[in-house]
Amino acid sequence: MSARDRILTKLRAAQPAQPNAMPDLDAHYTPRVRGESKAERLARFRTGIESFHAEVHISSEADWPALLARLCADKQVATMLYGADTPAGQRLDQATFPATTLRPWSGQVEELKADLFHRVDAGFTQTRGAIAETGTLMLWSSEAEPRTLSLVPPIHFALLDADTIQPTFFDVLRTENWAAGLPTNALLISGPSKTADIQQTLAYGAHGPKELVVIVINAEGDAQ
Amino acid sequence: MSNPVVSTHAGHQARSYPSRPEAVYFYGTCLVDMFVPEAGMDAITLLEREGIRVIFPDNQTCCGQPAFTSGFPEEARQVIASQLDLFPGDYPIVVPSGSCGGMIRWHWEKVIGDDAALQARAAAIAARTYEFAEFLLHVVGFSRKDEGPATTVTLHTSCSARREMGTHLVGRELLARLGNVTLAHHDHESECCGFGGTFSLKHPDISTAMVTDKVAALKATGASQLVTADCGCMLNITKRAAKEDLDAGRAKPSLPGEHLATFLLRRTGGKPAGDQQ
Amino acid sequence: MSHQPQQQSSGQPIAFVSAQALRARMHDAVNDPHLRQSFRGAMDFLMAKRAAQFPDQDELDSLRALSEGIRQYSLSKLPDLLEQLEANLTRNGVKVHWAETPDEANAIMLDIARRHSAKLIVKGKSMVSEEIEFNHAMEAAGVGALESDMGEYIVQLAGEKPSHIIMPAIHQTKQQIAKLFAEKIPGVDYTDNVDALIRIGRNVLRDKFESADIGLSGVNFAVAETGTLCLVENEGNGRMCTTVPKVHIAITGIEKIVEKLEHVAPLYSILTRSATGQAVSTYFNMISGPRKAGDKDGPEEVHLVLLDNGRSQAYADEQLRKTLQCIRCGACMNHCPVYTRIGGHAYGTTYPGPIGKIISPHLMGLEQTHLLATASSLCGACGEVCPVKIPIPELLIRLRGEANSAPHANPAMVGQGAAYDPKISFVWRMWARLYARPATYRAFSWLATRFRALTPRKQSGWTAARTPLQPASRRLRDMVKDRR
Repeated sequence: MSARDRILTKLRAAQPAQPNAMPDLDAHYTPRVRGESKAERLARFRTGIESFHAEVHISSEADWPALLARLCADKQVATMLYGADTPAGQRLDQATFPATTLRPWSGQVEELKADLFHRVDAGFTQTRGAIAETGTLMLWSSEAEPRTLSLVPPIHFALLDADTIQPTFFDVLRTENWAAGLPTNALLISGPSKTADIQQTLAYGAHGPKELVVIVINAEGDAQ
Repeated sequence: MSNPVVSTHAGHQARSYPSRPEAVYFYGTCLVDMFVPEAGMDAITLLEREGIRVIFPDNQTCCGQPAFTSGFPEEARQVIASQLDLFPGDYPIVVPSGSCGGMIRWHWEKVIGDDAALQARAAAIAARTYEFAEFLLHVVGFSRKDEGPATTVTLHTSCSARREMGTHLVGRELLARLGNVTLAHHDHESECCGFGGTFSLKHPDISTAMVTDKVAALKATGASQLVTADCGCMLNITKRAAKEDLDAGRAKPSLPGEHLATFLLRRTGGKPAGDQQ
Repeated sequence: MSHQPQQQSSGQPIAFVSAQALRARMHDAVNDPHLRQSFRGAMDFLMAKRAAQFPDQDELDSLRALSEGIRQYSLSKLPDLLEQLEANLTRNGVKVHWAETPDEANAIMLDIARRHSAKLIVKGKSMVSEEIEFNHAMEAAGVGALESDMGEYIVQLAGEKPSHIIMPAIHQTKQQIAKLFAEKIPGVDYTDNVDALIRIGRNVLRDKFESADIGLSGVNFAVAETGTLCLVENEGNGRMCTTVPKVHIAITGIEKIVEKLEHVAPLYSILTRSATGQAVSTYFNMISGPRKAGDKDGPEEVHLVLLDNGRSQAYADEQLRKTLQCIRCGACMNHCPVYTRIGGHAYGTTYPGPIGKIISPHLMGLEQTHLLATASSLCGACGEVCPVKIPIPELLIRLRGEANSAPHANPAMVGQGAAYDPKISFVWRMWARLYARPATYRAFSWLATRFRALTPRKQSGWTAARTPLQPASRRLRDMVKDRR
């Protein structure tokens, strides 16, 4: 018998004849639905993620590339990597970045690993949406926007559409039915990389990005 | 940093209380019977003064907790089995100790074994078992005039009272009903005093570290005395404080302590049993 | 054998520790003022942070009940879910391995390492890898295993073991770490500035992420219905380990499984809030396979090692099974008055604190762990904060019973009867005779009060720090008889 069979045999011998009843998640979540407006969700998302040391800028569909260019200049980003084959990437292709070289991701990671680790100052990604409750961004890896784009460069710029902010993680899993098909990597991000492993003292930029900059596209402008 | 754990809720559901009964059974506990009888006596006096008849079953010995928590369930079972006949009427059972109360309320039914009839009897007893302070507050509705001079006391609530009986706010509430008594909360109030029954014998180093910290926190309040509704904790804390006094050559106890029942009785015009001796 | 827990050599596997040696370690730890101070401060900090995350008691009660329900539901279907997980992971391109023992698990991973001629394995935080002494096994075979979680990196550099499951280096001060870095990392000068120390660690480890052949990680939740491995972290090293090297190996205990993806939402929330008092961790990383055609990065191979190591023994007993509900938040140790006073190393186990006391006997046997269950005042703080409502005090009592009882056939666990002492059992039998016979008890208590002057002045551990106990002159029952 294999280890697998031995383990499963032992467990089956002890398994209850009837499984427990399926836990009732709605009983917990439904009474706690807040019924917030879009503006309220945006405000809560912003408060949350700012408390985790992320920078948030509100912009518009028309203006965000210019804002990003300005932020890159302010932060002295010499090279920014992005995924070209996305709607946002196509906007960047047309944009003018006076202080920054825009480099579209091309090829497999092995081909640009050294640059990624040593010569790229920032990575830019779109986001799938966000979670108001905790101040969290959601990213699904894709061919156009690989996983390391939001991980290795010291600054991560993330573009978020305010219409995609949902109340809770539970709501996301339910309404978007993530269980029906996940990408290779789905990721929740709540701020730049951090650690408190030395004497409970918080320090940012442990291994991942030192800075997380969120640009929110909001047709209603900056509500705050 | 004071009271990092704010426990507003015990692990068990809040219970509902009966109306004031004509009589109660008093389960004194072995520790009170032999070591702090005045605490039990004062609790009885308080109840009788409120017009409640107190029945003291003479065959009571011990709730079985020492054997149970030491990992001798069979020995605990035998002792519990000997106690099931003590409460033939349907009066409430009052216990002047959170840990013995918790033992009866939550563990008798499990420890008594697989016999369904015995389990049912243990469960019926558990359902009408109350910690003394909770009974005094919620069932008796204790409110007597405080006749004592202004004083500041500090309160220790046992872990069982806090987490098994959910009564940690009861002591505060009873003291709050005494007009001249100020309650000084101590640092890390929700933390264990380090008694834990045989734990204090089996791991004296760790137990001593815990009780030493507890004594320091209680003394730091500047309160004139300690009040607690559990005699195990009380003996642990006051005997540790007494040892510190002895080692330091202090004649006057730096942290005298007494059971909540004794304190309440004295403050409201009664005569504590210990004072008469 | 050294009794200095802080100087325990590491890299070395946890050796068999006798009850006597364990007692000596605890003694040393509790009498180390520096250790006492640092743990007290750290635990106060973590307790306050957790409390701030749960301002709404009703929400906490509801979420705990739900989380307990999800864990118990998952365990009730455990073998089915493991098979479902395996099928879905396999479909997703993940290779699934099963190991009954630490040796089997290490052999599986060493085999993968050899197949890739791996020189360096870079590790994300994994307590299961600690449990199986992974680093030691790899190093013995000539494969480097480097911790990359900052706390784990510090602990490894110092030649120690983690003293806390969430904050491994919690026993170290920044000055100690500064000294360690200056001594052990070439070209580094002493600095006790925390930002600077983290920068140093970052720079060292980024090179390793770039060059490592294999990344190793633990798993917080494995989702059966989707074949997904979920990882919770703040630093990004977990993402590095699972993304950059060409091979990713995840290792987990067989219990860390849920059926539905939506089940992770409440568990994730209560985990981070209970553990470090964070509303959410920086990253929640959900991995459902290796690099696919078209993907530009990610590991080309992903492996999952499912480890039993005593868990099926706990599973076989309905009460002991509850230990498997654990989601490894560490709240029980943060709130434990014993852990606060002796720190994590004194336990001599991979998992310290209250949870360590109830799971270690299954992993290591009761022979070397039975003393742990007795090192508790049963105050119940652990059970009160446990996010999945494991009745830890009740399980400690159960383990005391298993250890104390005379060895018998078909024991519930390895090492049953390890603390059996005929003399002590006799004392308790006599105790029961005394207290189960009211007339005998009355006679005994009458004698004890009348002859109280004969009470010994030395009372075992009690009088080491307290004045002696002495029976009263009259019993309560005497006073009751005489009243009025």
